[in-house]
Amino acid sequence: MPEIRVTPLGAGQDVGRSCILVSIAGKNVMLDCGMHMGFSDDRRFPDFSYITQSGRLTDFLDCVIISHFHLDHCGALPYFSEMVGYDGPIYMTHPTQAICPILLEDYRKIAVDKKGEANFFTSQMIKDCMKKVVAVHLHQTVQVDDELEIKAYYAGHVLGAAMFQIKVGSESVVYTGDYNMTPDRHLGAAWIDKCRPNLLITESTYATTIRDSKRCRERDFLKKVHETVERGGKVLIPVFALGRAQELCILLETFWERMNLKVPIYFSTGLTEKANHYYKLFITWTNQKIRKTFVQRNMFEFKHIKAFDRAFADNPGPMVVFATPGMLHAGQSLQIFRKWAGNEKNMVIMPGYCVQGTVGHKILSGQRKLEMEGRQVLEVKMQVEYMSFSAHADAKGIMQLVGQAEPESVLLVHGEAKKMEFLKQKIEQEFRVDCYMPANGETVVLPTSPSIPGGISLGLLKREMAQGLLPEAKRPRLLHGTLIMKDSNFRLVSSEQALKELGLAEHQLRFTCRVHLHDTRKEQETAMRVYSHLKSILKDHCVQHLPDGSVTVESILIQAAAPSEDPATKVLLVSWTYQDEELGSYLTSLLKKGLPQAPS
Amino acid sequence: MAAHLKKRVYEEFSKVVQQPQEEIATKKLRLTKPSKSAALHIDLCKATSPADALQYLLQFARKPVEAESVEGVVRILLEHYYKENDPSVRLKIASLLGLLSKTAGFSPDCIMDDAINILQNEKSHQVLAQLLDTLLAIGTKLPENQAVQMRLVDVACKHLTDTSHGVRNKCLQLLGNLGSLEKSVTKDAEGLAARDVQKIIGDYFSDQDPRVRTAAIKAMLQLHERGLKLHQTIYNQACKLLSDDYEQVRSAAVQLIWVVSQLYPESIVPIPSSNEEIRLVDDAFGKICHMVSDGSWVVRVQAAKLLRKRTAHERAKELYSSGEFSSGRKWGDDAPKEEVDTGAVNLIESGACGAFVHGLEDEMYEVRIAAVEALCMLAQSSPSFAEKCLDFLVDMFNDEIEEVRLQSIHTMRKISNNITLREDQLDTVLAVLEDSSRDIREALHELLCCTNVSTKEGIHLALVELLKNLAKYPTDRDSIWKCLKFLGSRHPTLVLPLVPELLSTHPFFDTAEPDMDDPAYIAVLVLIFNAAKTCPTMPALFSDHTFRHYAYLRDSLSHLVPALRLPGRKLVSSAVSPNITPQEDPSQQFLQQSLERVYSLQHLDPQGAQELLEFTIRDLQRLGELQSELAGVADFSAAYLRCQLLLIKALQEKLWNVAAPLYLRQSDLASAAAKQIMEETYKMEFMYSGVENKQVVIIHHMRLQAKALQLIVTARTTRGVDPLFGMCEKFLQEVDFFQRCFIADLPHMQDSFVDKLLDLMPRLMTSKPAEVVKILQTMLRQSTFLHLPLPEQIHKASATIIEPAGESDNPLRFTSGLVVALDVDATLEHVQDPQSTVKVQVLYPDGQAQMIHPKPADFRNPGPGRHRLITQVYLSHTAWTEPCQVEVRLLLAYNSNARIPKFSWIEGGEVSPQVETSIEGTIPFSKPVKVYIMPKPARR
Repeated sequence: MPEIRVTPLGAGQDVGRSCILVSIAGKNVMLDCGMHMGFSDDRRFPDFSYITQSGRLTDFLDCVIISHFHLDHCGALPYFSEMVGYDGPIYMTHPTQAICPILLEDYRKIAVDKKGEANFFTSQMIKDCMKKVVAVHLHQTVQVDDELEIKAYYAGHVLGAAMFQIKVGSESVVYTGDYNMTPDRHLGAAWIDKCRPNLLITESTYATTIRDSKRCRERDFLKKVHETVERGGKVLIPVFALGRAQELCILLETFWERMNLKVPIYFSTGLTEKANHYYKLFITWTNQKIRKTFVQRNMFEFKHIKAFDRAFADNPGPMVVFATPGMLHAGQSLQIFRKWAGNEKNMVIMPGYCVQGTVGHKILSGQRKLEMEGRQVLEVKMQVEYMSFSAHADAKGIMQLVGQAEPESVLLVHGEAKKMEFLKQKIEQEFRVDCYMPANGETVVLPTSPSIPGGISLGLLKREMAQGLLPEAKRPRLLHGTLIMKDSNFRLVSSEQALKELGLAEHQLRFTCRVHLHDTRKEQETAMRVYSHLKSILKDHCVQHLPDGSVTVESILIQAAAPSEDPATKVLLVSWTYQDEELGSYLTSLLKKGLPQAPS
Repeated sequence: MAAHLKKRVYEEFSKVVQQPQEEIATKKLRLTKPSKSAALHIDLCKATSPADALQYLLQFARKPVEAESVEGVVRILLEHYYKENDPSVRLKIASLLGLLSKTAGFSPDCIMDDAINILQNEKSHQVLAQLLDTLLAIGTKLPENQAVQMRLVDVACKHLTDTSHGVRNKCLQLLGNLGSLEKSVTKDAEGLAARDVQKIIGDYFSDQDPRVRTAAIKAMLQLHERGLKLHQTIYNQACKLLSDDYEQVRSAAVQLIWVVSQLYPESIVPIPSSNEEIRLVDDAFGKICHMVSDGSWVVRVQAAKLLRKRTAHERAKELYSSGEFSSGRKWGDDAPKEEVDTGAVNLIESGACGAFVHGLEDEMYEVRIAAVEALCMLAQSSPSFAEKCLDFLVDMFNDEIEEVRLQSIHTMRKISNNITLREDQLDTVLAVLEDSSRDIREALHELLCCTNVSTKEGIHLALVELLKNLAKYPTDRDSIWKCLKFLGSRHPTLVLPLVPELLSTHPFFDTAEPDMDDPAYIAVLVLIFNAAKTCPTMPALFSDHTFRHYAYLRDSLSHLVPALRLPGRKLVSSAVSPNITPQEDPSQQFLQQSLERVYSLQHLDPQGAQELLEFTIRDLQRLGELQSELAGVADFSAAYLRCQLLLIKALQEKLWNVAAPLYLRQSDLASAAAKQIMEETYKMEFMYSGVENKQVVIIHHMRLQAKALQLIVTARTTRGVDPLFGMCEKFLQEVDFFQRCFIADLPHMQDSFVDKLLDLMPRLMTSKPAEVVKILQTMLRQSTFLHLPLPEQIHKASATIIEPAGESDNPLRFTSGLVVALDVDATLEHVQDPQSTVKVQVLYPDGQAQMIHPKPADFRNPGPGRHRLITQVYLSHTAWTEPCQVEVRLLLAYNSNARIPKFSWIEGGEVSPQVETSIEGTIPFSKPVKVYIMPKPARR
């Protein structure tokens, strides 16, 4: 029995370090290769020793697919390819390929230069790793090898995020990565066609949430920022360099322009400039509005937003600062946060999801006193606001995608176990498909029944067509032929042709059967009675009475004989070829019931 | 006449007209046209290859065929069809047959047998499909003939099993268009046993080809449109199609579901996976809501549009109270109660809003617009829903696409009677005033005109924001004043407590008198004065200069400042203009009487007739000025009478009594009159909206008379006969054309010029020009004056250029040779189809004129019959030494062809014979505005 096996190495009932192994029809594919934000020891990378204890990973994996450039989806890639060792192809979209190395480099700098970690991947490794990448276009079908093919679909979420369909023969798996079903200020909504995969692996970050109108949220966000700034407070918005940051920038930029505000907006330097460059470049991946207006003005050329310098943080007066990283776990955003946390006029707006263990998560859950490195305690007096700008699909969006793709079964990853449980019930209830939610290291085995394509010879088909009516979708039809299996392809041909091809002579196969009838009359009369009886029942068939006393129904021969020992019994000899098996056995059973009492 | 023009089928076909020399020899006028069918026959016989034949057919298709010769042509085509082996030629012939059978005045039942016959022997699928199309054309031409319809339906059913999707498509189309409405047709159709068309079409809902499935649904919708009641069983079939793989199928299925739900709203359908039942209309609504989140935006737009079309009134309420439809509600019911750490669990209170939230947040603005429209329609029918959806609508004001913003502002305006804005909503609305788009701002002003505000702070806020807007965009002045006028008159009690603050009066001190010319101050005064109209206590709060300013504004901006009842100020309270109270009946009567008087014209002597006409014209003009609602009728009638007057005058000329050669000089008046009549008739035909066919006939008739006049004058004043030939021929052609176009109206024109003319037509055709002129002259004198029936609604098109105002003394300077953009802003009233007719003309001092066609997008349609043109005109000229004025005016372009009923089947816009007589021209319809410009020589 063929099967699909799925093992999450990360992101199983968890958010962070997405890494899912899929075996489909003998092909092994790794989906995403991320790191975990909450850990700084071995746990931050997936456990690649699960794949093989010894030897190169290349021998065990056919390809690696990266859905988008967030570090929890690609952070472990250089470690995996250069330090553990993998030389096979890595697939990602063009924007991801462009932006991924920037983020990896940034991450490496923080880990090595700031935290002083040893045994970390180097810049060269990142470059080498990126050389193995094969970029794909949206909706382009890429042949990884003769059998395995992959195809990318638009996923929203961040620039270049894609969902991937992995297909071998008629079996297929769709992996969504992170996606967004509601469009935002700069990206469109995820879309997939009705590809009916065997398995849909979907993220479930917001498994229990149904969000309200996006516009409401935008308005609230702008109002909060505006109020704080008018009060003279400073606003800190921790973001990841790419993605949400650009959306919020566009939002604030247009708002500033409309309201004619003069308060400075800063964006932490370095990454941003490069990132915005790519946003300008990959304009086709953005939403309808930006695509249509970029001729007049590229929305990513900001007028009001300037680059941030470390010294600006101490400037008096109101300001708005976007700083990385988004979960306040390290870097510039944490530094600024420390400086501003003491003043209740200030505000920090967390625009996205925070992983457990990060400062962001702590302050959002209401913790007011934070223990920082070096045992100092930081008291948080500033206002803490959460605005869900995270571009993940909410429960309704997930259901919508499942509805669109019509999978045979669903597998949930990238979410919290408790919430997954709830969504799982919902999906099973609504779509009546199996739903799985494996933990890390747990394997899900999915039996499949792949359909095997076979050919039919034209002659045979035409003969069938000539015989009967047109095929009807609702009714199965019986067709006689010979199945030839040769070089792993299947052909249905007529038996004569099969004989010819194989060089065999035809054998006649006849079944004969005796039916005893209690009848005192003469043989001819019996035959006559049999004839009239059959004639009255089998109206569709050609029933004949031959001069020699035998009866034929189509090609079936019936002869009546009187055995010498018992004159009261007549023996009916029924003989048919195996092609007429159906009719033959029907006739026998009919005759066994006896003839109707003739009016004598 | 008709006999003269009739073409004989196998006539000789060389073009006589092309050999004028011969004609001169015979000195006869003949109108001859080659026989269509004969030419075609010869062409087709000449064709050596299929490609050749195809070329001939294509050429042939470019020219129209008259109804009388259709049958002959069809025979030829059919004959050729049987011989032809090439499918592409057969295809073309089949399509020609279809086109021909659409010819007006041709009954296609005679070719039906042949068409069905060739259908049976045809092998090519494409040709088959085309033939079925032809049959469809034939069938639709004969809607009464039951037997034909039955037969065609039968043919369609036979070919439904064809393997080509194109053929099946056409069959379904045929069934949809012709399938019998009643099952029990008369007995004579017994042989073709009445079929259940719905069942047959329904079977193809599950066809393997999506195109056929779509065609089946469309055929079903077609049946519905033709009045056949669809079975309820179709609902379930259609529901299955909602999950089809192909978007066009889903899109059509949504429509079908909507249709069925309107037919059987009260039937009960079970909810799958539970034992509850709901009404079908609710179920369908839920399904359509669900489709708003479909994967394809085509379907989403369709679904959102259908949400709007829901006519069932009370259902709107259930939209938000019962949550059956969108899965959003189901979620809300059993979502875990655990508080997710983020606190973001924010369930939408109402399920249906779920569908709208989806629609409003959709990626494609087409869907968003459809959703806003849907919201608008539902809100209009249900005030409580309007209140609910307000928040969503206000949110849409911040959409990223201007069109959507505009649409939502308009929507808001439409429902604003039902709602009162909260302060925070008003805040959001007002924030949009700073939008840089003029359309948005003006739409918003209009919205504020009819908005209800709940608090005095709200009014204050609105005023402050509007003044800010005024400071930022001074061009919005008029629109803002108008907006404040309504705001004030709507909320007098809210304005009252604000008055001291707004006028900055002080209880003890006199404050400085504000500047009377400051637009912002005027804006405040407009608000206050309009509020004071219904609030008698308010004037007590005014200071002295306020009263003075009132008097000034009442005079200068009387449309914005109402008459106030001010104590002790006679000057103001008496200023009620007489034309405000319309007395409709007497003036209407007056109009009727004066017109009736005119129709006794015939019995008067020429002198008396002239005087009567002059008086009446004067009366009408005055009436038009006094009564704006009758202005259209009065002007229209006056124009017609003026034509008649001119005609009479021209015929009174002495020139007719004297020998021709002597009157070269004096003929000026007559020919000028002819010219002027022509101009007037064009104005009458094209400058008025609401002119009907019966008026057009009269107008054309008048024009014909003018042309006759012209001909006579020319004949009198020119020597030699040669140029007259052409003119005569042309005139006769025009008479012929007139007859063809208005054949239905001819009986009403007893004793008129054209009536007499047509009687003598055979004679005219064979006469020499001199004779023709003579006849025309007598007829023109004898003909009676035709009564002009007045149309129900008639309005004269007019235009006012608001900008440029033409007041500026500062010339617009630019470098010669380069261009300068001039903003033009104009309002157009009662102009039909302004996009194609309104032009801007620029006249330079040197007489050079330039015509500019504004872009279609420059026209806005703020209300019925009103249009607004906001465009930029580019000026350029070589250098001048002094600044000088150029004139800008608006023109109305016309094409005399536009109103003529078109002969059918002209393929691909090739010139039709009428175009020869068509005249294109322009009528100025706005006052010219002078713009001071100064092209300077370029500096080196």
